Amino acid sequence: MSETATGVELLGLGDDALIASQRLAEWVSRAPTLEEDVALANIALDQLGAARMLLAAVGDEDELAYRRDDHGFRNCLLAELPLGPGRGDLDFGWTMSWLLMLSAAQLLRYTDLAAGSDEQAAAIGAKAVKESTYHLDHATQWMLRLGGGTEESHRRVQQGLDGLWPYGHELTEGIRDRWLAIVEPVLAEAGLTRPADRWRPDGGRAGRHTEHLSYLLAEMQSLHRAHPGAQW
Amino acid sequence: MTTTPAEIAEIAGAVPDPELRVVTIGELGIVRGAEFADGRAVVTITPTYSGCPAMDAIRDDIRSALAAAGYAEVEVKTVLSPAWSTDMITESGWAALERTGIAAPGPSGTPTCPRCGHQGRPTPVLQISRYASTPCQSLWSCRSCLEPFNAIKKL
Repeated sequence: MSETATGVELLGLGDDALIASQRLAEWVSRAPTLEEDVALANIALDQLGAARMLLAAVGDEDELAYRRDDHGFRNCLLAELPLGPGRGDLDFGWTMSWLLMLSAAQLLRYTDLAAGSDEQAAAIGAKAVKESTYHLDHATQWMLRLGGGTEESHRRVQQGLDGLWPYGHELTEGIRDRWLAIVEPVLAEAGLTRPADRWRPDGGRAGRHTEHLSYLLAEMQSLHRAHPGAQW
Repeated sequence: MTTTPAEIAEIAGAVPDPELRVVTIGELGIVRGAEFADGRAVVTITPTYSGCPAMDAIRDDIRSALAAAGYAEVEVKTVLSPAWSTDMITESGWAALERTGIAAPGPSGTPTCPRCGHQGRPTPVLQISRYASTPCQSLWSCRSCLEPFNAIKKL
């Protein structure tokens, strides 16, 4: 199945969700409040759940998650970027800009899967749509609060948006207009500036990644690679 | 030994949810079907949330319950479609959740306080967080009795 058009798409979406899940998990025990810690952990868990369904539809989920090198991954670059201005940084405003961009795209992709002709893909899409709706809502609420909050919260969420915006092109290939129709009104209401469209980094869907993915995979895969096939 | 699908469904359906032990997985609408084929019991379940960590425990508990009832071979299948929704929770399931202090989402999405019955007027029932101790719950605070409580998220 992985060679078909649907298979390629499911692999890309599965990798987006898997890598996003690993990224979000960096927030566990470090979020600004206990409620937010629980929220981000839950969103990471939903992403992992979606990744498992999507990857299991195209192959062996463990093999795909733990045994591929970075050039084997088909996630868009946005998913693998650090959740702050630099590697190892965690910035909450930056993270909410990232989640808004990602979850709006995931919601549209899953909606399209749910309406498609592939029965299995449609079932996965229909399931994931419901959870994505919550993720988008969560990001939206924070964008409004941070964008319209203090000078500092506004500055940091805008900084995240400016830094991440170029990666939105690869993220939204084929769904750009519908995606903008979700994201732009949120930015307007939050009093944030929609960044100009300038450079358009891509290559993730073809296996050409940023160096950030290598570090992420090293952390995610090291245990499995050290103990192949281990169960507990 | 009787081996009717109804009996298998009843045994599987009576398994308590591993995280919300006051309700059974039957009441939550997780059990989709049961049959007896080629000498083994086959139970089909559906996840509430796709990443719900309780699914593995639920599969194990179904196997144990059926093994205890004499079914030597048990298979637990998972289906995704139709996607689980809170509408699949039974009336007795909602009642059991309410008794333990977990509210239903309510038609408007705003729950009624399970402790004092306050419905949010004139003082509000406030959502503290859209996410709570399990993926399927959100955290609320009642401004009438001042107690925090969880509510099942509408899905």
